[in-house]
Amino acid sequence: MPSKSNYIMKEEEDSNHLDALGHGGAAGGKSNKPDNTPFKQQRLPAFQPTLTAGTVFPAFFVMGLIFVPIGIVLLVISNNIREVQIDYTGVDRASPCYDCAHNVNGTGTTPCTCSIPFTLGQPFESDVFMYYGLSNFHQNHRRYVTSRDDRQLNGDRSALMIPSKECEPYRLRGGLPIAPCGAIANSLFNDVLELYYIDSGGTRHLVPLAKKGIAWSTDKHVKFRNPGGRNLTAAFQGTAEPLNWRKPVFELDPADADNNGFINEDLIVWMRTAALPTFRKLYRIVQRTSNNATPTLPSGNYILDVAYNYPVLRFGGRKRVILSTTSSIGSKNPFLGIAYITVGSLCLVLGMVLLVIHQKYGNRKGSSYFLS
Amino acid sequence: MEQLHWARHRCGQLLAADVSRGWYSSPGDPLPAKGSLEPHPGARGSAQRSLEHSGPGGSGSPQRFGAKRRTVVARHGPYQAEYRSISKGCQGNSIRTTKYNLLSFIPMNLFQQFHRAANLYFLFLVLLNWVPVVEAFQKEITMIPLAVVLAVIAIKDALEDYRRFLFDKKVNNNVVCVYSGEQKCYVAQRWQDVRVGDFVRLSCNEIIPADMLLLYSSDPHGVCYIETANLDGETNLKQRQVVADLPQGTEVTPESFHSHIECENPNDDLSRFKGYMEHPNKVRVGLHMNNLLLRSCTVRNTETVVGMVVYAGHETKAMKNNSGPRYKRSQLERRLNMDVLWCVVLLFLMCFVAAVGHGLWLRQWKDPIFLVGDEPPPALAGFYVFWTMIIVLQVLIPISLYVSIEIVKLGQIYFIQNDVDLYNEPLDTRIQCRALNITEDLGQVQYLFSDKTGTLTENKMVFRRCTIYGVEYPHLDNARRLEVYEAEESEAQGRSPTLRSGCSVKSLSCRSLSCNRSSVSLHTLTNEEEADDEHGHQPPPRTSAFCSRMAKEVVPDPLLVRKLNCLSSPPLLALSGGSSPWVAPPTSVAPPTSVAPPSLELTYIVDFFMALAICNSVVVSSPSQPRHVVQVPEAKTPLRSLEDIKLMFLSHFSSLSTTMSSAAAAPPQDNESPHSFTRRLFTWGKAASFSPATPPPIAAGRGERPDPTGTEPGELEASILGSKSSALQEERNDGDGEEDDEEEGWPTEDDAPGERVDVVSGDGSSASGADASADDQLLYEAESPDEAALVHAARAYRCTLRARSAERLLVDLPGMGCLAVQLLHILPFDSCRKRMSVVVRHPLTGQVVVYTKGADSVIMELAEAPTQGREQAAEAYAHIRDQTQRHLDSYAREGLRTLCIAKKVMEEEDYELWLKRHVFAETSIENREELLLESAQNLETNLTLLGATGIVDRLQEEVPETIEALQKAGVKVWVLTGDKQETAVNIACACKLLQANDQLLTANCGSKDACAALLQDLIVEVERGRVKSLTAAREEGAEPGGGRTPTMPTLAGGAAGFTLVMDGRTLGWALQEDLKEAFLELSGRCKAVICCRSTPLQKSQVVRLVRDHLKVMTLAIGDGANDVSMIQVADVGIGISGQEGMQAVMSSDFAISRFKHLRKLLLVHGHWCYARLANMILYFFYKNVMYVNLLFWYQFFCGFSGSVMINAWVLILFNLLFTSVPPLIYGVLDRDVSAQTLMTLPQLYGAGNTHKVYVPSTFWLTILDAFYQSLVCFFVPYCAYAGSDVGVLAFGSPINTSALFIILLHQVIESRTLTWIHASVLLGSGGLYFAFVVVFSVSCVSCSPPTNPLGVETLQLTQPLFYLVCVLTTVIALLPRVVFRAVLNSVCPSSVTRAFLRERAEPAAYARRMQRWNQAHSRAHRARGGPPRTTGPLQSPP
Repeated sequence: MPSKSNYIMKEEEDSNHLDALGHGGAAGGKSNKPDNTPFKQQRLPAFQPTLTAGTVFPAFFVMGLIFVPIGIVLLVISNNIREVQIDYTGVDRASPCYDCAHNVNGTGTTPCTCSIPFTLGQPFESDVFMYYGLSNFHQNHRRYVTSRDDRQLNGDRSALMIPSKECEPYRLRGGLPIAPCGAIANSLFNDVLELYYIDSGGTRHLVPLAKKGIAWSTDKHVKFRNPGGRNLTAAFQGTAEPLNWRKPVFELDPADADNNGFINEDLIVWMRTAALPTFRKLYRIVQRTSNNATPTLPSGNYILDVAYNYPVLRFGGRKRVILSTTSSIGSKNPFLGIAYITVGSLCLVLGMVLLVIHQKYGNRKGSSYFLS
Repeated sequence: MEQLHWARHRCGQLLAADVSRGWYSSPGDPLPAKGSLEPHPGARGSAQRSLEHSGPGGSGSPQRFGAKRRTVVARHGPYQAEYRSISKGCQGNSIRTTKYNLLSFIPMNLFQQFHRAANLYFLFLVLLNWVPVVEAFQKEITMIPLAVVLAVIAIKDALEDYRRFLFDKKVNNNVVCVYSGEQKCYVAQRWQDVRVGDFVRLSCNEIIPADMLLLYSSDPHGVCYIETANLDGETNLKQRQVVADLPQGTEVTPESFHSHIECENPNDDLSRFKGYMEHPNKVRVGLHMNNLLLRSCTVRNTETVVGMVVYAGHETKAMKNNSGPRYKRSQLERRLNMDVLWCVVLLFLMCFVAAVGHGLWLRQWKDPIFLVGDEPPPALAGFYVFWTMIIVLQVLIPISLYVSIEIVKLGQIYFIQNDVDLYNEPLDTRIQCRALNITEDLGQVQYLFSDKTGTLTENKMVFRRCTIYGVEYPHLDNARRLEVYEAEESEAQGRSPTLRSGCSVKSLSCRSLSCNRSSVSLHTLTNEEEADDEHGHQPPPRTSAFCSRMAKEVVPDPLLVRKLNCLSSPPLLALSGGSSPWVAPPTSVAPPTSVAPPSLELTYIVDFFMALAICNSVVVSSPSQPRHVVQVPEAKTPLRSLEDIKLMFLSHFSSLSTTMSSAAAAPPQDNESPHSFTRRLFTWGKAASFSPATPPPIAAGRGERPDPTGTEPGELEASILGSKSSALQEERNDGDGEEDDEEEGWPTEDDAPGERVDVVSGDGSSASGADASADDQLLYEAESPDEAALVHAARAYRCTLRARSAERLLVDLPGMGCLAVQLLHILPFDSCRKRMSVVVRHPLTGQVVVYTKGADSVIMELAEAPTQGREQAAEAYAHIRDQTQRHLDSYAREGLRTLCIAKKVMEEEDYELWLKRHVFAETSIENREELLLESAQNLETNLTLLGATGIVDRLQEEVPETIEALQKAGVKVWVLTGDKQETAVNIACACKLLQANDQLLTANCGSKDACAALLQDLIVEVERGRVKSLTAAREEGAEPGGGRTPTMPTLAGGAAGFTLVMDGRTLGWALQEDLKEAFLELSGRCKAVICCRSTPLQKSQVVRLVRDHLKVMTLAIGDGANDVSMIQVADVGIGISGQEGMQAVMSSDFAISRFKHLRKLLLVHGHWCYARLANMILYFFYKNVMYVNLLFWYQFFCGFSGSVMINAWVLILFNLLFTSVPPLIYGVLDRDVSAQTLMTLPQLYGAGNTHKVYVPSTFWLTILDAFYQSLVCFFVPYCAYAGSDVGVLAFGSPINTSALFIILLHQVIESRTLTWIHASVLLGSGGLYFAFVVVFSVSCVSCSPPTNPLGVETLQLTQPLFYLVCVLTTVIALLPRVVFRAVLNSVCPSSVTRAFLRERAEPAAYARRMQRWNQAHSRAHRARGGPPRTTGPLQSPP
């Protein structure tokens, strides 16, 4: 808003200006003359990246020559990853889990189990990750994502007893604060998966699965903490478990006392909401055998035992189990390799085209357009 | 016609003045009488009645007149009680220009900031986010942008306010002498303690602290000079007069001051002040502007003044006039707002899609486990999502763009102001950018409207030639001199500052200097005093007097000298034989037979120079006036000889016929023989010629002067030399002065006009050398350069204006010595009358004579044949008129400015009659201006034409080059001038606006119908000619530069163009509603248009017409007050700070000092600013659309729920922090082509017009590219991570990082230059981003609850996949743009690119060529006599 004072301000500036004028000659050095520096005169030395066919085509060739090999390497890596996916949703009538899928009510009070046999054609070397995959599950829904209390999960006692409003409507249960509160925790994936190797004799060997080490170490050690006290039962005194849970949070892993409460790794993994509606989450790690001679999962027949608790059919979701070996670029995905190869080739082609253009038009700049 | 005009003017004034005049009676009422003579009962009574009538009735109360007026009494005066009641209503003199104080800053500032739409938008978003169902982010995060913007602006405001506060403090603590009631004397007080009614005493060079009524001046004539440079920048002195009828000589004290002052309530009209002073005896004296000393002006040339404060502090006129900075909206900004609206549409579209999508998505679920409880019905949920999405996608509306643009423009202005090429070395001035927000408009100018005088020319008026009595005096030597000077001038200018400082005398204080002050030493003095005087804002001395050496040294025409010598040196003739009195003096080189002017011609000549010398408002000052006493020589003889001359003058009219018919040798028509006449002249001349050697006799004979006070010579000097010598004399004759003034009546008409004095040191009869040395000391301070030129010209003929006071002028006349001329009136110049007059009592004849000087058209009309006299005389006079008219025409053709000089001898009765009405007009409080105008018009009738002058005004340096370059750049140049057609055309030729093969179309019509017909004819003619020239150009096959549009060849290609010349009258018709179209059509086809004889109003009308109807960018440039309206109307107004004050500069957007600066300003800075800003804006749109769309695409995968995959903090800061600086740098520093190239290839400027950077097509292309890039940037990571165990934030991380890379690299592709500044900013932005996210992901354990970034980035940065994705995304996203640019630049590069490529491809060859061009350029300069350029933009090769 223009104010009347501006006039005076300007006047002052102007008159300062004029003062300088008056002094100019006599005072010497107090001249009004602008400094003749490259910066002020806008003559800074500059790199001038004008793109023409002539300047660009070498870059395209170089890029193409770099990208194509990278793409090939990526493709090879991706192809070397062993991965098997077993859908156990039970949509088909033929599926062993069909009955379970239609009987499950979500709370898991009446456990329903089904077994799915599958065969590995090739042995899985090294570490094998066992994921469960869900499809059409929008863990990224805005209200779902925010329905948690990070302070509670971090072991804050006050937050434990008075969960954040974000957790509504999964905040209180019968007057007691829910621990962990919120929709994410409430919808914790609660199928129990077991893997059996059927050896040539038909005997089932339980494949040992590691429960720990599936969560990020920052999550495990920094972000998620139990409220104080060794005794979790006491610590969680006065809280209720989420509606869908059968057991309280401090009894999530009866087998390992250190894997209970908020630092239960299954919970931690689940709490890291997936970006896309079709996702997988690390469930277990198939521990590699002690001797390197035998692969972690030799080829052959397996049986997946599912304690079918998690209902997905009503929203058209699917459940899978994925067994996958690892690589430096993550799971099996040929996209990157193909993309790199494609882009690299495209660069080479474009480089050629630009080279032609350069040959045709490039030397035209020698002719005079303006000055003659 | 004139009457009609006047009546209209008056009506307008009445209407305009209605409000402020309310407290007076109706316009027809008699006005309070002037009390200088005696009380005027009738007038007073009626005024009293009317006052009481208008008041609410509480008689006796000073407030009885309500709010419309103000009563002031002296503060420490006799009316203490009354003072107290009055002073309650008046403000003190302390000023507070700050907007806020400590307490009110935050609420006030916030309140003001929320007046901006952008901030309201932010606020709306913040509030929206508080609605739970639509909440998208945490509440505090949505507030960040708002908080940042508010904080930035608040800090800026606070700093500004603090500066104002300091300035106020400084001003308020200034010290001034104020009368103290307790101590009964003047004591130093701070400005802020000055109250209304205070008596303030000021000394020379003090700044006036408040609006004061001038009650006393040490000047014996009650005059005081002030300089208003701080108000309007005009540095010439203005005279102020002590309130009439106040006793002079003694200082008034509040105790003795019993009068009331009634005046208007405070208003902002700087040129008007109305009121009256009522003495205890009920006498009323009218108060005018002339009595008011305005705050912040400076007292000059007057030792002491005392004033009474009537308005103080914020009620002063100066403070009331404070207007805010100019705000113009640039065309680009208007375009920008359109596109912002498109962005709003886009935003709504996207939100709508999301809303519908969410509704549909929601409908397919039946209570899925991931839906949080109570979802509303799909339609309602969709509605909620709509608003959520508006919050999420808010960045799409580039609100920060507005802030960024402001910052960028500040940067651009910084560089414009720092351009060393726009610096004027002699004046030590830079370009001033007064409007901060239209820099880019400089790059799109299509029409340039230029004033002529002072803009194209230097406005250094130099007398060139004249015609008197129908005889032309060509002044050939003068012409030669002018040519020589052209070369020297510049050097002299360069030296002048040092010269000025050299002549300053530090030891002299203002007081001791007294009358010996010159304007020059005054200025240097005050400059030195500035150290202690913070408010001594001295103007540069340059404008103080229009007396360059060139203007001063006029070489007289020998013929005219000889004729004049007949008057001054008859003694020599007499000595040499005396057979014929009119033989040329032997000193003359010309053959003795050449001239012997008849006495009538001689009277004409003398009158002519007399008019030149006195018909002006020049203030004379001299640095070292010798304290010699004026000598009145031996009274008898010279006086008698003067009587002869007087008779000669008296017989002027009666003798007209005889003189005309008689031979050249005819003796003067007086009753004595020519011989005796010359003899008397001789005796007088001898006396005069002896005087220089003899010491000044102190006592002098008084002659017939009845004046008793004349015995005291010093006093006499004071009375004659007027104000200049006042101070010294005052000390000596304290108390005598005013008494003397009152008594010192000038001789009545029958009395011999004897006040003939001779300055001893100076004026020998023919000793021109001594003359010159004495004259050199005189300094003239004129209001306009024309005046100064004429005074100097008169001085060259030894008709010297020696001194001026309010009532008297001291003039040297050749052969007659120093004459005191009683000045009766000055009717100042105004643009309506186009003339000025002085009314004097002729020193020789004692008659009342009116000398008028004015525009030839006006004077020629008024100077009709004299009514009295015989037929023959009328015929002879008609002959003179015709001759003069012919000479005028030839002057105009030569490009000279012409002025006509006329005189009128008034009968005493007529004068008395007129005087009465004039006094009435002068003293009337109401409608004073109109009445004065009327009065002046009544006087200036029946004039006798004496002659005319031709004044040359040289073209500024590099004007032709500049105009040529601008025309090549596709800018149409129009010249709008008030000058004559011939002069205008001549100047247009000189500055290459008109070229040899151009066709001139002249439109001078007598009627509207004729005008309409002519316009049609001319259109047809131009069309025919154009077709011809087009085909010719095609055959030539010359490819025109910049543009490829069909209109360009005629402009750029040098083919013959058409130039339209139109006079003011025709222009008036052409501007009328029904002829507008034809006029525009015609002018659109012409290369240039010259409008001459145009009024300021017409100038602005033309600009407005072109601007509004052709929808083009217009630029107006001018230097004078008459260009102000044009400058204000045009899109870009440029003022030239030249010779004519600062009014044009004050109203301009940019102020430059030379026309040539326009070239670099437009071609280089304009081009750069436009290109930079346009590119930056496009980039900004791109950036926002590209980034926001990433979020939009994600909605397709999260059920349109408004979820985001990027941490909200990063999301908000991305725009605010990580990508905000590079565009600013880009907008300030990018440089598509070098300055050299732009200067040499003006065609490139056309790119701003023809290949616009920022047009809808580029906007949509940019948006399209942004969509593409965002698609790539989202879906490449999507494909790479699809089906994996990636978390929300882990997915957003590579997307965000790639987006950052893409956005930064996109800028690298788009910018033409990368300096270390660019590099560091780009790297800094990237680095800052990574630093931030890493630190954030390490330290944020439970902050930012729903989207906690803990560990995300640290994990991502360890994974090769992250880098692979980022690289791939960036490459794919930028690939099309790179290819597009490369192919475009190679296959069909734009003109700018071509120029740039050339520049880069062959730097060596380019530099050589530039050097060659430079040399040719400077050669051309030297050939034209201009100085070789030392600091040019092209001088230094890159």
